[in-house]
Amino acid sequence: MQFIPNILFIIALISGIGYFISNSRKLIRNIKLGYKTDNSDHKKERWKNVVRIALGQSKMVVRPVSGILHIIVYAGFLIINIEVMEIVIDGILGTHRIFSGAGILYDYLIASFEILAILVLIGVIIFWIRRNIQKIKRFWNPEMKGWPKKDANFILYFEMFLMIFFLIMNATDHQLQQIGSTHYNEAGMFPISQFITPLIDNFSETTLIIIERSAWWLHILGIIVFLNYLYFSKHLHILLAFPNVYYGKINPMGKFEILESVTKEVKLMMDPSAIPVEGEEAPAKFGASDVLDLSRIQLLNAYTCTECGRCTDVCPANQTGKKLSPRKIMMDTRDRLEEIGKNIDKNGIFIPDNKQLLDDYITREELWACTTCHACVEACPVSIDPLSIIMDMRQYLVMEQSAAPNELNIAMTNIENNGAPWPFNQMDRLNWKNEN
Amino acid sequence: MSEPLKVPTMAEFMAQGKQPEVLFWVGCAGSFDDRAKKITKAFVKLLNNARVEFAVLGTEESCTGDPAKRAGNEFLFQMQAMANIKVLNSYKIKKIVTACPHCFNTFKNEYPVLGGNYEVMHHTQFLKSLLSEGRLKVEGGKYKGKRITFHDPCYLGRANNEYEAPRFLLRKLEVELIEMKRCKSKGLCCGAGGAQMFKEPEPGDKDINIERTEEALETKPSIIAAACPFCNTMMTDGVKAKEKETDIKVMDIAEMIANADDL
Repeated sequence: MQFIPNILFIIALISGIGYFISNSRKLIRNIKLGYKTDNSDHKKERWKNVVRIALGQSKMVVRPVSGILHIIVYAGFLIINIEVMEIVIDGILGTHRIFSGAGILYDYLIASFEILAILVLIGVIIFWIRRNIQKIKRFWNPEMKGWPKKDANFILYFEMFLMIFFLIMNATDHQLQQIGSTHYNEAGMFPISQFITPLIDNFSETTLIIIERSAWWLHILGIIVFLNYLYFSKHLHILLAFPNVYYGKINPMGKFEILESVTKEVKLMMDPSAIPVEGEEAPAKFGASDVLDLSRIQLLNAYTCTECGRCTDVCPANQTGKKLSPRKIMMDTRDRLEEIGKNIDKNGIFIPDNKQLLDDYITREELWACTTCHACVEACPVSIDPLSIIMDMRQYLVMEQSAAPNELNIAMTNIENNGAPWPFNQMDRLNWKNEN
Repeated sequence: MSEPLKVPTMAEFMAQGKQPEVLFWVGCAGSFDDRAKKITKAFVKLLNNARVEFAVLGTEESCTGDPAKRAGNEFLFQMQAMANIKVLNSYKIKKIVTACPHCFNTFKNEYPVLGGNYEVMHHTQFLKSLLSEGRLKVEGGKYKGKRITFHDPCYLGRANNEYEAPRFLLRKLEVELIEMKRCKSKGLCCGAGGAQMFKEPEPGDKDINIERTEEALETKPSIIAAACPFCNTMMTDGVKAKEKETDIKVMDIAEMIANADDL
C-alpha cells in the first residue's frame, strides 16, 4: 500500500513525458515539411546570438517594463526547475526533500526559490493587469480575438497557481516541521511562505499533511500539464526560442535571399549560347502560396512566435491602420501548418484540402501593405523574420500569378523597357547635368 | 550657379585610359526626379570641391532592380542586376558611391552573389571619409545652432546598421540635432520602401509619411534632414500636407553641406 503514491507518481510522470515526446515529434515532423536550407555558416556568431539574445534576453529589455518583468519570470522558471528535480526524485523514491542533506546550502536554495516564486507571482499578476485592465494596444489587435486571448490568460493563471501551490507547500511543510511531525525533518529557509503560517498555525497535523500533500501534487501535476499545454499554445517559445535564435538571420537585414532557381533561368535567357543542363527540371514553383513552400526556419519561426506583438506594434503599415500585422503573418503560418499536420495525422500523407496560406489565411491586401522596413525583424526578441514570408508570398503573386497591383506592373514594365521605374528614356539619364 | 559641374562619364575615362577613384551611381530618382536631381547636383558640387576623381555611367546606368525585388519580381531584379554587373565589371569598377540607400543596399548585399563585388558606400559615409581625410571642409556655416531632426532611411539604418555617418556630418555642421521619438534602430519608415513609392497605399487611417512627418514636427525643427531621395519625397509631401512648407524644409545632408558654405 505504501508504494501507491510512488507508482501513481511514476505513471503520471511517464505519461506526461510520453505525451510531450509524441507531440514534440509531430512538431518536428511539421517543421520538416519545409525545405532545407544550409545554415552551417557563422557558427560562432550564432552561438553568440543564443547567449546574448536568447539566454541574455538582450532584445527583451528594449522595452524596459515588460523586459525586466519577463527576465524575472524567466529566471524564476529556470531556477525553480532545480526544485522540480527534487520533487521528481522524491516522488519516485518516496523520500521527502531529498536534497536537504545539503544543509545550509539547501536552506539558501529554498529561500531563493521562495523569493523568485513571489517575484514571478508579482510579475505574472502585472502581466495579467497589462493585458486585461490596462489593455495595452498590442494585446487587443484583431488577430488576438478568441483563442489567442484566452490562451495568453490561461498561461498566466497556470503560472500563478504553480507559484501559489509552491508557496503553500512550503508553508505547510514548515509548520509540520515546527510541530515535529514525522517525515518532516527540519530543512529549508522560508522567507516568503512564513507569512502564510499565521493562517494555518492552528490546523491539525492531519489537515496540514493533507494540504501539504495536495499542494505538492498540484504543483508537480501542474508542471506536467503545463509542459503538455505548450504544444497547444503560443508558449512554445520557452523551448524553441533557443534554436530559433541560433538559426536567425546573420546577414545584414537588408540582404534578401537571391533565388538560385531564378539565376539559372536568367543566365539562360541572357546568354543565348548557354545550354540547359540535361535532365535538370525547371523549378516547380517560384515563391510561396502555402506553408509547404516555406523553409524549415520560417516554420520554426511560426512555432516560436509567442504573440507578444512587438512586431505589429512597430509596423508602419499597422500603425497607420492597414490590415497588415506581422504577428498575424506568423500566427497564420503556424495555424495553417497545424492544419496540414492534422491532415497528415488523419490520412498518413497530406491530402490536398483546397486551402492554402495565401487568401485562405493571409490576404493580398496584407502582403502589399508591407514597406519592407525591417522594423518587425528588428523588434522580435527571438529573431523571427515575418518579412521573409511576406517576400516569398509576393514572389508567388508576381512570378506565378502576375498579380501585382497595377501601378507596380507599370513601374516594373518601365524598369524592363527603359531602366527606371518611371517612363523616362534611359538616354536622358544624364540630362540633369545641364539643367538649371 | 558659380562654376559649371564637372561630371565625367566612365566612357570618357576609358577613352583616356584612366580609372576614376570612385563611380558615382546616380540612381533613377537622382537622374529623373526633379527634387532628387538637386541632391545629385549638390553631391557633385561636393565631389568637385574635394577634387574627387569620380565618374558616372550616364546613359549606361540602369535601375539596380531594387523596387522589382521588393515587389517580388526576382526575375526582373536579376536581369537588371546581371546587366548592370556586366557593365560595371567591364569598366573594372572597384568602388561605388550612391546617394540612394536602396541602390546602396542592393549593390552591397545582393550583387555579390550574382558576381558583382564592389566596395559600396552611401554618400553620407563617403562624405564622412572625405572630411576625415581633410579633403573636404565643413564648418557650421548657415546651419550652425539650427534645430534639425534627422530621419533614418530604413535601408541605411536598420538594413545596414549605419546610423553614425549622417549624424557625424550633422555634428560637423554644428546643428542642434533633435532626435525624434522613434530614431535609429527604432526609426519609423517614411512609407516609400518595398516598392510602395510606386503604388497607392492600402486602405488605412493615415498615410505613413503623415505619421512620420507629425513625429518630425514634434521636434519643432527648422529642417528635416534626410539621406534618401524617396524619404525626401515622402517627408516633403508630408510637410506640404501639414501646410508647413514655408517654415520647414526637407533637405538631404549633402545639400546642407553644399549650402553651408555656399559652394
